[in-house]
Amino acid sequence: MYHHPWLPNLSHLDEMLKEIGVKDVDELFKDVPQEIRIKDGYRSLPQRAMSEFEILNELSASFRKNLNLKYPPFLGGGICPHYIPYAVKMIMSRSEFYTSYTPYQQEISQGLLQALFEYQSLIAELFELEVVNASLYDWGSALAEAVLMSHRINGKKVVLVPSSMNPFRKEVLRTWIYGKGLKIVEVPINNESGETSLEEYKNILNKHKDEVTAVYMEQPNFYGVVETQLDEIFTEAKKYKAITILGMNPLFSAVIKPPGEYGVDIAVSDGQEIGLALNYGGPLLGIIATRWDSTLIKQLPGRIVGLTKDVEENRAYTLILQYREQFSRREKATSNITTNETLMAIGVAVYLSLLGKNGLITLAEEILRRSHYAVRELEKIGVRKAFSGEFLEEVALEFGKDYTEIHKHLLTKGIHGGLQLDKTKALYCFSEVHTKHAIDELIDSIREVMK
Amino acid sequence: MTWRQAKWEEPLIFEMGNEGRVGTLVPIDEEINKEINEVQLPEKIRRKGDLELPQLSELEVVRHFIRLSQMNFGVDNGMVPLGSCTMKYNPKIEEVAASFVENLHPLQDEETVQGVLEVIYRIQEWMADITGMDLCSLQIPAGAAGELAGVLMIKKYHETKNHINRDEMLVADTAHGTNPASAAMAGYRVIYIKSNSEGLVDIDILKETVNDRTAGFMLTNPNTLGLFEENILEIAKIIHSVDGVLYYDGANLNGILGVTKPGYMGFDIVHVNLHKTFAVPHGGGGPGAGAICAKGELVNYLPYPIVEKHNEKYTLSKVPKYSIGKIATYYGNIANVIRAYSYILGLGAEGLSYIGKMSTVATNYLIAKLKDVKGLSLIAPNRFRKHEVVFSAKPLAVSTGVTALDIAKALLDRGFYAPTIYFPGIVEEALMIEPTETEPKEVIDAFANAIKDIINKAYENPQEIQKTPQNTAVKRIDQVYANHPTTITPTYRVLKLRKLGKITALK
Repeated sequence: MYHHPWLPNLSHLDEMLKEIGVKDVDELFKDVPQEIRIKDGYRSLPQRAMSEFEILNELSASFRKNLNLKYPPFLGGGICPHYIPYAVKMIMSRSEFYTSYTPYQQEISQGLLQALFEYQSLIAELFELEVVNASLYDWGSALAEAVLMSHRINGKKVVLVPSSMNPFRKEVLRTWIYGKGLKIVEVPINNESGETSLEEYKNILNKHKDEVTAVYMEQPNFYGVVETQLDEIFTEAKKYKAITILGMNPLFSAVIKPPGEYGVDIAVSDGQEIGLALNYGGPLLGIIATRWDSTLIKQLPGRIVGLTKDVEENRAYTLILQYREQFSRREKATSNITTNETLMAIGVAVYLSLLGKNGLITLAEEILRRSHYAVRELEKIGVRKAFSGEFLEEVALEFGKDYTEIHKHLLTKGIHGGLQLDKTKALYCFSEVHTKHAIDELIDSIREVMK
Repeated sequence: MTWRQAKWEEPLIFEMGNEGRVGTLVPIDEEINKEINEVQLPEKIRRKGDLELPQLSELEVVRHFIRLSQMNFGVDNGMVPLGSCTMKYNPKIEEVAASFVENLHPLQDEETVQGVLEVIYRIQEWMADITGMDLCSLQIPAGAAGELAGVLMIKKYHETKNHINRDEMLVADTAHGTNPASAAMAGYRVIYIKSNSEGLVDIDILKETVNDRTAGFMLTNPNTLGLFEENILEIAKIIHSVDGVLYYDGANLNGILGVTKPGYMGFDIVHVNLHKTFAVPHGGGGPGAGAICAKGELVNYLPYPIVEKHNEKYTLSKVPKYSIGKIATYYGNIANVIRAYSYILGLGAEGLSYIGKMSTVATNYLIAKLKDVKGLSLIAPNRFRKHEVVFSAKPLAVSTGVTALDIAKALLDRGFYAPTIYFPGIVEEALMIEPTETEPKEVIDAFANAIKDIINKAYENPQEIQKTPQNTAVKRIDQVYANHPTTITPTYRVLKLRKLGKITALK
């Protein structure tokens, strides 16, 4: 007899088949034509079931091939390494949360619904926007959904984006809007400051004024530069009745102007910066939020949790505005999204609750000190900022020499530097996981090659 | 003894805590603080509004969320028989496996992440084998994202081939709602193919519908009634005769795992839900993970990047010739891919070959227990189901007024999650049940008894069933209040602003 911990009924097979009234399992598959049956199993897979001990050994053997880094990588490019308190991971590991399904049966899922309502509410405070959904996949797809929303609202087909936006998100946007025939038009940056060129923006907007569905901006942009003219940019967009979308770093919303203070229609973001692991790029957490405006809210994709009451007037939570969703509206739904990133949203809710008002501001300020210390010290060895604009945790650096050589040298020391942008430039991220000691060692190692 | 869920009258996190409390300490580098006192950001970009986040101690935060978790219900608590969701057991080793990638940054030099790339490469190969396809991409974070990728691939395929006016996507009337929604996102007109009286695709209707505007056909097999489309080879022939693409929605793959492969059935593109078939936990609704796979020339349209192996080195370098682009910002939900990897290791090819069979045995065993119950009916009763079964509670509803919804709520009171209800739409008062291969026989027995008990009570005293649930944290929810323009409350911010008279009704 074959035993397996995940197949409890193997030993009751005869009894169950008898109850069904068949002589063998094969009879249950008599409607599967013989010519399409699997004859030789799965040849590429390991054949035998492994014990947990063997699984661990196998995983360790693979992951030993990763390079052990001395410090968290100095990498940004949209997501940066951060410290996550243990309580976050512990709550995310609660069986009642992580093995549950979408809370369609609300009465038995109040805990998850309340946690999601709190997630939505915490992001609403952070961004100063009234409506937040219960999550999308990641920033790139959240942006794509925001642009598709805009298209449904005004029927137009051009989205203006800064040429300095995150290129990975731009590729996601391009893929997702292809089906509806929408087009991306890029607005160049000012090469000195690194900010979007207001003048060129105005020209391009004017040129496409009858076709622009939405104007998207990123704060900060891919090169880490803070946009200081967003007010002007969004005011101009509104003159042409374009939907305004701001992609915002959520951690720094604690100290710099959040989307709501610009009066934007839609904000998009990723929750990784506020309490989630890097996970080699996924799962992450797509955030989408809007102003209190029914035109926008009716077009929001995905699930939204709302506060209500039960028949006995107890406070209760439930999924709201479900007429937007695929299971009720099919091809008329606002999106096809079903499985989202709920567990990640719970993680973010725990993180924001732990840090709270004081913690988040303190963290943003601490990271600013570290990134500015690193840049100051790097400038002492001849490295320059690639752009003069303000920066937060990420910064594009000009090394004035072949960066590949620097990158390789750093790796020999077990240090992973930034993301190479071109021959001599790289994008760095400094955060609370990079101590002065680590930053100093990074700079000392770079100095060895800079000479 | 009656099952009873925890019922904490837990306030909102915003209503807890007190001024000045913190739940965790932010690491402060004293040395750097000596060097850089404060970074002054320009006034123009500084936040003006107060940051109105709660202020709580660590214990308060932890206790709050633990209490919330106690008012929730997952597979680890009890059976979750949701049809088409494949709520199987999530082996605990998966959580250790996922932690291996926790601290890996997606933009690290490929030289530094050979281990994870090796695992991704293996999963790509395994998924191609399991689906009978040639190549897979792991870009898709969920099933619906896989469908979007698939229909965009179909669109680009026809464009590349200069097939003009391919604007119709066929979808079975039993399809998941995501199929038509995905087709619409790609700009397709959705054409529904009616099922016949046996609950299968009506071949005559299909033949009449297919023409030179047909871009493709999105199908699950087994379908959402749990029935195997036995004419699948003919269906494939009909679609291919007009150069249409046959798309496999992998949501129901669990029922045939080890028995057949979508590639053998004639499908051209397949998505796999790793969070269904390969035991990645559902996380309360996500995150999932998936693979999108294709065969023949359609591999040229897969989303990028795909991991390649050259001289024992793995790189994220493969960009298919006519790739639709990227679906996810980085490489898909890799931590969940690693979870699925550990699950597959734990079964091996041998164990996997039992999955379809044992899930099918579980379903038909449950049917045997329930098929003669008065009040329930079954379409095509003489056909064996695969991963799931859909009963209609219409006879019960007609004679007692007790609906599928009432049965669902009464199940909650008995310590079971409910089946999927009112889906697929072609079955009235539908109860869609998927027991999965991981539920022990005794639990299936207990579940069948619970349904029988509910139905018996419904005939005796329908009001008793209609006022369930009583044992959950709250009772039936006021959906009208939840959605009314003057009371709809998606965030605490709206609650506050409404009290201050600062927002209007949502028109």
